[in-house]
Amino acid sequence: MELYEYTVHELVEKLEKGEITSEELTKSYFKRIKEIDPKIKAYVSILEEDALEKAKKVDEDRKSGKTVSKFAGIPIGIKDNMCIAGTKTTCSSKMLENFIAPYNATVIDKLNNEGLIYLGKLNMDEFAMGGSTEYSAFFKTHNPWDLERVPGGSSGGSAAAVAAEIAPWTLGSDTGGSIRQPSSLCGVVGLKPTYGLVSRYGLVAFASSLDQIGPITKDVTDSAILLNLISGHDEKDSTSMNVEKKDYTLSLINDVKGMKIGLPKEYIGDGIDEEVKQSILEVAKKYEELGATVEECSLDVGKYATAVYYIIACAEASSNLGRFDGIRYGYRTEKFDSLKDIYRNSRSEGFGPEVKRRIILGTYVLSSGYYDAYYKKAQKVRTVIKNAYDELFKKYDLLLTPTSPTTAFKIGEKLNNPLQMYLADICTVPVNIGGLPAMSLPCSLDSKGLPIGFQLIGKAFGEETIFKAAYTYEQNSNFRENKPTFKGGEI
Amino acid sequence: MAISKDEIIHIANLACLNLSEEEIERYTLDMQEILEFANTINNVNTEGMSETIAANNKSNVLRKDEVKTFENIEMLLKNAPSQDEGMFRIPKVINN
Repeated sequence: MELYEYTVHELVEKLEKGEITSEELTKSYFKRIKEIDPKIKAYVSILEEDALEKAKKVDEDRKSGKTVSKFAGIPIGIKDNMCIAGTKTTCSSKMLENFIAPYNATVIDKLNNEGLIYLGKLNMDEFAMGGSTEYSAFFKTHNPWDLERVPGGSSGGSAAAVAAEIAPWTLGSDTGGSIRQPSSLCGVVGLKPTYGLVSRYGLVAFASSLDQIGPITKDVTDSAILLNLISGHDEKDSTSMNVEKKDYTLSLINDVKGMKIGLPKEYIGDGIDEEVKQSILEVAKKYEELGATVEECSLDVGKYATAVYYIIACAEASSNLGRFDGIRYGYRTEKFDSLKDIYRNSRSEGFGPEVKRRIILGTYVLSSGYYDAYYKKAQKVRTVIKNAYDELFKKYDLLLTPTSPTTAFKIGEKLNNPLQMYLADICTVPVNIGGLPAMSLPCSLDSKGLPIGFQLIGKAFGEETIFKAAYTYEQNSNFRENKPTFKGGEI
Repeated sequence: MAISKDEIIHIANLACLNLSEEEIERYTLDMQEILEFANTINNVNTEGMSETIAANNKSNVLRKDEVKTFENIEMLLKNAPSQDEGMFRIPKVINN
């Protein structure tokens, strides 16, 4: 077995026993990146020199008996919207093509404390706006299961890298499904934690009331480990919650007896691909066999979540992206006579078409005369949706839905129809509206050989229940015996 | 009510964006379609409902108003497209 095939918890054991060194491990990843990434194009930048230097240092420390974290020397890939001091953070945008982060995101500080090693920064839809990674200003990322298809988005690079085994695990960010949907399309495990569980400090803001950083991993155990490493209160993020720090690996228990799972009927009905639907029903059956109760329920108001999401997310984005003015950082136009020219031309030349579309939509719904009808109304409907979730969680421990209504679509298929692209998020956006945690787990392959994922939604700060149910499913199924085929596609 | 080209131009102005003729056409059509979809939220009865102002029902979080110096000024300025003596350079904004 090659080193890149192992999960992180297996690699940790090997490092601890001295069977491998971090340098060997890190080198093996860069070798594989050079072989495989030209087909996948997951990485925007690689950080080989720094990584190997750090790996050697970890090996020396470990050898000399210094106390090091058991995760020291484990490589990781990071979505290119999180700041690592001294390295480029581009958000896959021309606007930030040359931006060097002057400080670390809190999640990076936390990973540094554990001695993790950064392989590189991963491709995404520009400013995390999109569901296919086709809106990256640099290049498109390919799905390892079929190179002619998208990996999903916006954390498409992060999910494709784990699936292609060119990173053992990665961090993504999720505003409306950007961790879970690409994880589903690439056949890996993606978790969006409860809003406020992981600090957003140093994550380039898209929609501040919805954004959350989370792990993308090969299995559920790695997901629990990585969440342990990145979660926790941070005074630099005023929305970070001061909740008791938990060890999520304690929830990796193979037992769902007595657990109550709701199956909202709206997510196994119209608009959901038949093969996806059948697959979700099989997952439901499996949970019943394992001792859980699965019951059909309704989240009727969920059908408005996508509309609410695009109003709120774009409103927040139009405000957040106001900072890009060509003065302090980021792209500056060469054509200007006045200060106003700098603002207008830099923004017009620096932002891509989808980002502009969302700024326009966001500006419109916040503008005088439309604020009440759109933004204010959407914020009220958000409350209605949150209340509907609260009601469901009085009855159920978890909700089960598909992660994505379809498996991976073809590159280019939805590019000219923004609304179609937005509707690819119907199963994931309600969760962000509610600020809830949810995980996508792979369950089967469709007739085209593409991964299907299911989503487990928990109540706020109910990650432990998600981990328990996810781990139980994983222990009683065998999806990981399937490997991406890297078939098709012009490279 | 369909959004007009003039409204798109007005909104682009507010957002400090220049749009080409082609972009105006495109975004007008896109916005018409997206807003028609967005209007479905009017089917939800929100009478007596308050707005969600924070995702996790947190109230204002205040910290001590203390000055903290960011040491790495050089790194910050390195990202400026144009700078001079520790300051950001912009074109002249005051007429003689």
